[in-house]
Amino acid sequence: MRTLSQALAVARKDLAVEIRTKESTNAAGAFALAILVLFSFAFDPSADMLRQMAGGLLWLVFAFAGALVFNRGFAKELPNECLDALLASPLSSASLLLGKAFANVVLLLALEIVSLILFGVLYDVNWTACPWSLAAVFFLASWGIAIIGAAFGALTVNLRLRELMLPVILYPLLVPLLIAAIELTDALLFEKRITGTELLWGRILLAFDIVFTALAMALAETILVN
Amino acid sequence: MLRERTAVGLAIAAGALLVYNLYQMFMVLPDEALQGAIYRILFFHVPAGIVGMIGYFVALTFSLLYLSSGNLRWDSLSASIVEVSLVFSLVNIVTGSIWARNQWGIWWTWDYRLTSALVCILIFAGYLMMRRAIEEPIQRARLSSALCIFGCVDVVIVWKSIEWFRNNHPGPVLSIRTGGGTMDPAMERILWLNFLAILLIGISLVLVRTRQETMAREIDSLRRFANAV
Repeated sequence: MRTLSQALAVARKDLAVEIRTKESTNAAGAFALAILVLFSFAFDPSADMLRQMAGGLLWLVFAFAGALVFNRGFAKELPNECLDALLASPLSSASLLLGKAFANVVLLLALEIVSLILFGVLYDVNWTACPWSLAAVFFLASWGIAIIGAAFGALTVNLRLRELMLPVILYPLLVPLLIAAIELTDALLFEKRITGTELLWGRILLAFDIVFTALAMALAETILVN
Repeated sequence: MLRERTAVGLAIAAGALLVYNLYQMFMVLPDEALQGAIYRILFFHVPAGIVGMIGYFVALTFSLLYLSSGNLRWDSLSASIVEVSLVFSLVNIVTGSIWARNQWGIWWTWDYRLTSALVCILIFAGYLMMRRAIEEPIQRARLSSALCIFGCVDVVIVWKSIEWFRNNHPGPVLSIRTGGGTMDPAMERILWLNFLAILLIGISLVLVRTRQETMAREIDSLRRFANAV
């Protein structure tokens, strides 16, 4: 309970800073929009092609734009030794990491909602048929991306090649989660329901979230000790 | 000195076993009824994949040992094992690709087993790249141990993917997973003997690589000491 309240305090602080500076959201939002526009030149956005590409396109946008948010998550604490101050405070490492992941997931979900609306308008896709199932898939996948993003953001924060190393180690690990999210999103956007095969992807998504949240919490001290 | 002798001894034993296996594969065992001669590549493809996966789990064990003890020797061992396992994973992918070209007519397909195996290679290649990006030995050991633990989750997915998903990649054939009846016992015997040969090569490579890693760390600490003085 104490860990959770500390994590919420960290998330509130991060979100307040982000609302004031809009440092990550502006960059991630502009990047997501640019990719959505560029993809229309990469392939003919006909109904058949969209059926094959929509889920993949959306989740690539979220994953790439998300990396911009995660890169800043811990890096913004470096000036004025704010990270050292946070580590020296009574906060536990696990609550610091969890708080960063909470902030990440809120920012990522906001980005996803805006991107999904734009995607619906630009590519003429109706995504409102199963809003609650789609919201559940987006939340589960975003939490997985956010917790790994926070853990790897912390892992790379003190590295010389931070901006280069984060994508190199983050994306391969996200592949199973992204495949699951893409399969489920495609099913919900075009089949308007989830069948037996897609349920397996749902279970993989849930298992991925549980395993990586547990690992991130267990390794928080190891990752954050300087 | 003992470690060097052990490495050489293991390499000689592996070489002798490999010669015996090659004789059995090409001179004794017949062609497979459906695949013809190409099936022999599986005597390298399967053992290389298994040795690679075992290696990642052993590296995970040493990473945990480093995190609990702080002894950099465990980290050197873990890094060496990941490096050698990565080589065997590449052998696994390349031999599988040659087999696929002959049997399926394509070099590559985005099958779940193939994709997860490729992702596994990318994760541990990232592990090695991250190690090179960190100069401070304790920070390097701590962070790469954490990354190794995260990465091993994908190894489980590679291992179980042929059971979870039905795709192009053949399902389990070894009798320890199927209970028998899917592979000729004479062929399976040679497959396991080749697994032993590849495992011995792997262990001798790890011994050589760990020695290099330990020496590199000692030279680095001497350089730091000289700079401090």
